[in-house]
Amino acid sequence: MSDRLRVDPIGCQGHGVCAELLPEAIALDEGGYPLLAAGALPDDLRRPARRAVAACPARALHLDRAADSGRSAGRQTPPGVLTGNAQGGLAQ
Amino acid sequence: MSAPPITRGLLGTGHPSLGAHLAAHGPLPTHGDPVLAAAGLTGRGGAGFPTARKLASVRDAARAARTPAVVVGNGGEGEPAAAKDATLLARSPHLVLDVLALAARAVGADTVVLAAGHHQLAGLDRALAERGDRGRVRLVGLADRFLAGEETALVAAVEGGPPLPRGKNPPVWQRGVQGRPTLVQNVETLARLALLARGESAAGHTLVTRHGHTVDVAEVPLGARLGDVLTVDAGVQAVLVGGYHGSWLPAHVAAGATLDRDGLAVHGAALGAGVLAALPADRCGLRESATVVGYLAAQSAGQCGPCLNGLPRIAAALDRLARPGPPPAGLLDDVARWSGLVVGRGACSHPDGSVRFVASALRVFAPELAAHAAGWCTASSSARPFLPVPAVTR
Repeated sequence: MSDRLRVDPIGCQGHGVCAELLPEAIALDEGGYPLLAAGALPDDLRRPARRAVAACPARALHLDRAADSGRSAGRQTPPGVLTGNAQGGLAQ
Repeated sequence: MSAPPITRGLLGTGHPSLGAHLAAHGPLPTHGDPVLAAAGLTGRGGAGFPTARKLASVRDAARAARTPAVVVGNGGEGEPAAAKDATLLARSPHLVLDVLALAARAVGADTVVLAAGHHQLAGLDRALAERGDRGRVRLVGLADRFLAGEETALVAAVEGGPPLPRGKNPPVWQRGVQGRPTLVQNVETLARLALLARGESAAGHTLVTRHGHTVDVAEVPLGARLGDVLTVDAGVQAVLVGGYHGSWLPAHVAAGATLDRDGLAVHGAALGAGVLAALPADRCGLRESATVVGYLAAQSAGQCGPCLNGLPRIAAALDRLARPGPPPAGLLDDVARWSGLVVGRGACSHPDGSVRFVASALRVFAPELAAHAAGWCTASSSARPFLPVPAVTR
């Protein structure tokens, strides 16, 4: 079962708590808003990911179960998921 | 400008009255399945979603939720350079109204809304009165904002709230107006459906707003050579295709491009809001683009951090690059990095569309960038902006 992190872009206020609790999968951009590592969340990060979700002051971080993300998979890139381009920016 | 050959088409009745409409098109057949009639028709959104599948999705979602659906005709044309939907509603309102009722039956809707700019409502109300449909279709006036026609912002406006995007999860066909499955369909697509339901051909044309020596709205055949529907001669340096979320193409590339989804995709462009603008050679493409990007940044709903932070920075950089004189070192790299940081990170596609426009401007007007860096500008005209940009409001 692979879960996926998702940020609600409207709800997110850029507190940055998530990146502090889960630096393995979340970095902050120059404005302090979260950038998520692409792809599914590694299983060993599930527990800290749940902690980060619970700690988000804006309740804008979500951990979608694999089954959920399958159902809601739209034509659009899910909000918050890094594109190749944005990852380049993160790496710099 | 060459006039495209077209039969009666969407704009051809000559008069917006019900009498002229019936004389041109005849009555709408009372039976027949709009889902079937829609075969081959695609929506005007970025994905070109098949209309028949969208109708079926809303219908099935309403059945599954055991609730009546909602149908919203989308005449919210926020693009300052586009006038195709406004022209359609002014000239052929009855084609759109015909099919609203049909679509409502098809998806099991008990609520039908037509949303358009405030200045259109009087004409639409007159058309509804002619048909005795005043009580059946609710008219909603939309604010004059770029994002007014964005699907979820439209749903918010229909509910009486501020017209701000909400995010696509869940999609409006599942949970839209008041949480009910909602069909949001562009008015041009609805009007095409009204012709298809009558057995007329309609799927092979598209409405475009042309900007050249003059500005007009025309119905042109899909698959035409772009140079045959828009004058792209030696006096034109580049063509903006789609609108302010669209792409600049160099004049010679644009002239030979095929005007349909695949033909434009080859060049990284899309029909989008149907804008085709031929930029005269004596204008500065960077100045035109910077003005547009300044407008786009101001039109951000301001709800999502990356868009709120990113677009103004990018707009300020474009404004700097539009002025002759060497730009600060690394400014182009900054624009590329900031652009990458907004893609896919908003609730709607405003940041994505805006940086697509920026990227195409920096590509196509690269020679102008070099001229500016060397301290001069090739433009010889200082007339007001070629591309229309309303006074910035927030």
